[in-house]
Amino acid sequence: MSFLGFPRPDGQVGVRNHIAIISTVICANDVTLKIAQQVEGAVAFLHDQGCCQTPIDLNQVTKTLVNLGKNPNLAGVLLVSLGCESVLVEEIRERIAASGKPVKTLSIQQIGGMLPAVAEGSRITQEMVIKVSTIRRETFDDSHLIIGVKCGASDTTSGLISNPAAGAAFDLLYDHGGTCVFGETTEFLGAEHILMRRAATPQVKKKIGEIVTRMEQRAKMMGVDMRGGQPTTGNIKGGLTTIEEKSLGAIVKGGTKSIQGVYEYGDKVTKKGLYIVDSPGREPEFLTGIAAAGVQIIIFSTGIGAPQGFPFVPVLKITGNPKTEKYLSDHIDKFIKLPEEGENTIAQAGEEIYQEIKAIASGKKTKAEVLGYGQFSNIFTVGPVI
Amino acid sequence: MIKKRAIVINSKDNVATALDDLKADQVIQEEVDSLKKNIKLNQGIPFGHKFSLKEIPSGSPVIKYGEVIGTASELIKVGDYVHVHNLKSNRGRGDIK
Repeated sequence: MSFLGFPRPDGQVGVRNHIAIISTVICANDVTLKIAQQVEGAVAFLHDQGCCQTPIDLNQVTKTLVNLGKNPNLAGVLLVSLGCESVLVEEIRERIAASGKPVKTLSIQQIGGMLPAVAEGSRITQEMVIKVSTIRRETFDDSHLIIGVKCGASDTTSGLISNPAAGAAFDLLYDHGGTCVFGETTEFLGAEHILMRRAATPQVKKKIGEIVTRMEQRAKMMGVDMRGGQPTTGNIKGGLTTIEEKSLGAIVKGGTKSIQGVYEYGDKVTKKGLYIVDSPGREPEFLTGIAAAGVQIIIFSTGIGAPQGFPFVPVLKITGNPKTEKYLSDHIDKFIKLPEEGENTIAQAGEEIYQEIKAIASGKKTKAEVLGYGQFSNIFTVGPVI
Repeated sequence: MIKKRAIVINSKDNVATALDDLKADQVIQEEVDSLKKNIKLNQGIPFGHKFSLKEIPSGSPVIKYGEVIGTASELIKVGDYVHVHNLKSNRGRGDIK
């Protein structure tokens, strides 16, 4: 069982061969976007952070930018800075460069403003794209796959069809020795005891409990009880009776295997098996967190239709809702049909998703990639903007 | 092929979820403990809602996804509609201090 991927100097395997133009701070976004638009083969990573934040958040932003830069789908990185931001650009450059890939920097203040920055940045990127275009895909076994999962714009079909199917694909990848990453800590509420039971060690069990409590306390500080109002009136109308049932319908997308570890947001997952990344459910922050974890592809299960992808990680959009498959066909890569009599649709769909992951890993494009949907991402932070 | 009318997500489950709006007295065939059984619905079950595959005594766990989703607050008979009127959450209130 193998796929065709791009070898990286640090032993990782990419499924894409992009040069990323990464803003180190919100103030550099306009230049970053222009360079990426100018150079074929380049992608932009934009976000709202990097300055006027508390040290905890600045560290989180730095770590996330470093690990985004290390994502195996990137063959090289250009960091675009304004020049006076709080995050340390040279530190970010060094830490990404430790992976062996080329990393360049460009400061808008130093070079004399936007126009020379766009010109010089485009020149640097052009050279990098040509240089890495000679890297060829090679055969790697499936244990080199590292895949994320997400659900969004969910409906009744999510918990019944597409999430269990995604989970079945995760179980297959786990059995092939690969790495599976899920998160969305908010969705663990009411089912955290079930995840804790699946923890590989007592430390992992404790950590799962801790991230749920921490997230809940954060909401409490804002005066919000996240547990009391669940499931919502709309959920009950749709057939969900208890918070356990609602949360199980979400966490089922992570499969059924033992959980080897819990990572903080922005951390890189470095081992094989099934892992949790503590993360919020909102797409721009979640997708960034899981890209920083190092995933090559994200399975995204949707009910009524979430269109977004991510700049350099292909997002495989699946749905079990036949209406969404029809009306939002521009955004749905794979329809998981409702079962017919005598079929074990979930196991079969899991196998189909697994094969689709391998096709995408070997070069097949997703709809969000082709449309360029998912340009605007963000990094999760906890403190105030100062 | 005949469209499946309900889905049992895990073989340990004691409830099934309707994949269509089902009517009272309708007979649904499902596998229960590896045996094919005909289940006559005692009430109408809307799409996405649950009915019981087994008799669940009051105070016993209701199982979906192979896990406990709550406790039966009254006797649930085979083919009964299972929702907020006869299934209560075990979590969600007071378990996190």
